[in-house]
Amino acid sequence: MAQILNRDTALFHFLTRIGDSTLILGHRVSEWCGHSPMLEEDIALANTALDLIGHTRMWLGLAAEVEGKGRSADDLAFLRDSMDFTNLLLVEQPNGDFGQTMMRQLLFDAWHLPYLNALKSFPDPRVAGIAEKATKEVAYHVDRAADLVVRLGDGTHESHTRMQAALDELWPCVGEMFSTDEVDAMLAPDAPKPDRIRDAWDATILPTLARATLAVPATRFTRQGGKTGRHSEHLGHVLAQMQFLQRAYPGATW
Amino acid sequence: MSTEIPLWEIFIRSAHGMSHRHVGSLHAPDAGMAIRNARDVYCRRKEGVSIWVIPTAQVTASDPGRKDALFDAADSKPYRHPTFFDIPEDAGPM
Repeated sequence: MAQILNRDTALFHFLTRIGDSTLILGHRVSEWCGHSPMLEEDIALANTALDLIGHTRMWLGLAAEVEGKGRSADDLAFLRDSMDFTNLLLVEQPNGDFGQTMMRQLLFDAWHLPYLNALKSFPDPRVAGIAEKATKEVAYHVDRAADLVVRLGDGTHESHTRMQAALDELWPCVGEMFSTDEVDAMLAPDAPKPDRIRDAWDATILPTLARATLAVPATRFTRQGGKTGRHSEHLGHVLAQMQFLQRAYPGATW
Repeated sequence: MSTEIPLWEIFIRSAHGMSHRHVGSLHAPDAGMAIRNARDVYCRRKEGVSIWVIPTAQVTASDPGRKDALFDAADSKPYRHPTFFDIPEDAGPM
């Protein structure tokens, strides 16, 4: 983000952040395809991944349009390096076991839904339109992830232990979702208000964790950096797999 | 593990005013999750407006060995179909 921010470049970064988060999470979830605990879950996870990739096409497509340099959504997804990716650290975290994947999903979904709801009143109708479309799918994602987290948290001793471990592992990635910087400031007052998003997030997460008999981690430690391109080691591995074809065979289509 | 998870028969209503139709079966630990799974397995392409799930164990099926007595007695009795009546035009589509 070396360039001087104006409203257009800020909007580009803003859109890329959302699109990168849905892209990387979509890719992560797609890694389950063919490996889920049961066929029904395999289909449900693939559906979630496809929903997120569908959102990505819209967000990165609009980002490319706003940028106006002739790049496409595919160019942004497959030809940028990790330092240019601005997804949340949460979504690049490894799948772990099925429980950890669902915990990551819930923590993200509970942010994603109020964030999209806030974007429905964004003054640029292209942004509001995408938010409107994506909200319906994401409302189901929250519903499904919360259900599974409760079942697994309040399940057997084994499943409870794994879910608590997943929550403890992922918790430091939560704070970044509610952080703001000069990109959001440039778009104020139209960008979603972090306090309101956090309130909505708490209203979903806290009762769900209580029903799941899981303890909210005490740590206040927050990992940040994803939104400005400083990632964990995991993103490089995700990109190496996701971008391999375009890197090895530039411009390949099928 | 998967053998312990019960099977459910899934019925989807494709539009208001239509009947629910059997579309297949899937595994789920309880009815709520059967509905969710049915949504994911069978409703990705606007197939339905309503889902019913029935535990497969609750379905009583006719005995395949009694096929003759149950069904074959209706062989060569096409007159039982009400297709031999002239429908008055006033009745409209039936």
